[in-house]
Amino acid sequence: MTAINSANKVAPSPSDEDVITISKANKWYGNFHVLKDIDLTVRKGERIVICGPSGSGKSTLIRCLNRLEAYQSGEITVDGILLGDDVKNIEAVRREVCMVFQHFNLFPHMTVLENLTLAPIWVRKTPKKEAIALAMHYLERVRIAEQAHKYPGQLSGGQQQRVAIARSLCMQPKIMLFDEPTSALDPEMVKEVLDVMVELAKEGMTMLCVTHEMGFAKEVADRVVFMDAGEIVEMGEPHDFFDNPKSDRTKLFLSQILSH
Amino acid sequence: MANSLKLPPGPVGSVGQRSVIWVRKNLFNSWLNSILTLLAIAFVLWIVPPIIEWAFVNSTFTPTIEACRAVSGACWGFVNANLRLILFGVYPFDQQWRPLLAMIVLGGIIVASLAGVKYPRMQKLIIPMWVIGIPVIAILMWGGVLGLTYVQNSAWGGLPLTLILSTIGIVFAFPLGLLLALGRQSNMPAIKTLSVVYIEVIRGVPLITVLFMASVMFPLFLPDGVSIDKLLRAQIGIILFTAAYLAEVFRGGLQAVPRGQFEAGDSLGLSYWQSMRLIILPQALRLVIPPTVNSFISMFKDTTLVVIIGLFDLLGAVKLALRSDPAWTRYYVEGYVFAAAIFFLICYSMGRYSAYLEKELRKGERR
Repeated sequence: MTAINSANKVAPSPSDEDVITISKANKWYGNFHVLKDIDLTVRKGERIVICGPSGSGKSTLIRCLNRLEAYQSGEITVDGILLGDDVKNIEAVRREVCMVFQHFNLFPHMTVLENLTLAPIWVRKTPKKEAIALAMHYLERVRIAEQAHKYPGQLSGGQQQRVAIARSLCMQPKIMLFDEPTSALDPEMVKEVLDVMVELAKEGMTMLCVTHEMGFAKEVADRVVFMDAGEIVEMGEPHDFFDNPKSDRTKLFLSQILSH
Repeated sequence: MANSLKLPPGPVGSVGQRSVIWVRKNLFNSWLNSILTLLAIAFVLWIVPPIIEWAFVNSTFTPTIEACRAVSGACWGFVNANLRLILFGVYPFDQQWRPLLAMIVLGGIIVASLAGVKYPRMQKLIIPMWVIGIPVIAILMWGGVLGLTYVQNSAWGGLPLTLILSTIGIVFAFPLGLLLALGRQSNMPAIKTLSVVYIEVIRGVPLITVLFMASVMFPLFLPDGVSIDKLLRAQIGIILFTAAYLAEVFRGGLQAVPRGQFEAGDSLGLSYWQSMRLIILPQALRLVIPPTVNSFISMFKDTTLVVIIGLFDLLGAVKLALRSDPAWTRYYVEGYVFAAAIFFLICYSMGRYSAYLEKELRKGERR
């Protein structure tokens, strides 16, 4: 399931500037240790794919990056802002980091256009006209402009997820987080969403993507991170990662997901 | 003739034949159903004609005792003779155009506000209408300015009192209930505890107790010389009581909104209040329209309890009229039927509006 043919541009290389630094981050749910001493640095423009068996903490990790989840020890800095309990900091980070969810989470009581203009108008204080222009621009980019006045419930899953991506883009974020964006889709709709993500990657967006789409990882990722039981087990460039996995856990995982 | 040919092909047979088929299929399709149908018909025949005879055939509208004594049916003459006492209570007789006008203003604002669902242009006018309308109603009812004689609110009564108590009750209980519902879900322990205690205590007490406390006990706690008006105390009692019930209704709605909606709002950088106002509450409130209107209807009827603290609402005014002249006292059924009809009309309208609102809000938004 790849999206190789969607764009021929060569992705720009990441810069040297770090935009996310995670050091010794730990998180517990009660007694359950979900994240164990996570260390990860992401450079500006870098595309990272995070994979691993379910329950490995990969979703929790990226949900910590926009503080949908709190962490209990260690330090996470996003775009130069330390993410802790400070509400001001959390809001500042969320203005620059957007997330695309497995279940889209579009607002069902608003039209597609209203979904897109909501945050620019209320968070960025963009004038309404500009916000609409911006929304239409991104709807064109995800090839769904003709659906602008429909409600999310009237769209297919793939269309909804593209709207969700456009909604995030309307905030013109510096970093985009994808939490299993294609897992809830019918198989025939996965490609249309991946195509949009590949285009984004090739434009140099900083992306962290939790996904099992290994084709996507091979095509656009600068690094693949493998997590298991709350730890980062292995991390490397896609060709190293897929061709010469070092740990047994990685080998087992790859054999399981690549076998079918 | 030419037109009848264009009719779409319907079921075969005349209307009469089709009704016979329908009746057979639905009312006499088994021996049990046939018996039930016959019993139901017998019951209707037994109960309805006497009611019609009593209410319409053998009744009189002539507003005199003599006319009433002369008929075997309903004495609507009682209502006719005491209409103004029933509708306006003990409000000064020659000033009763004021509560009448106040009711028309209030009714107008309510209808115009409710129409806002259908006509978005009206929505901008809703708040200005209330901001202007409430003082206008207050001036009409109290007077004391613009050449209107002052009428103290212990003289207010009848339908205007019922409408004012319940409208003001809804207008204030709604936001208070929302805050309590949000408070109960809050992460802040103090706010959460306060909300829970408030809701549980108020729900655990009958309204009549709250009103009694407001009227009898509350003044004991006030310092000498400070007194809060009896009507205001009753109004506050009703607001506080209804808010507790609404809070639980709203909480149900909040819990029914998927977690993902909160997360989407957060991840877009919306603040808590923005998320609530723009994303969560529009969905949560839509889900709980039926129980919310349920609470409103129940509160509207509960305003009749203010009679125990000496205020004469619509029902209280009917009692007042019955006592006004011993000759009328035996016509209490007519009086209560009249009051019941007004209550039913208003409650039923609320129910219909709630159904309409649900339908209107669901248009286009198919899930």
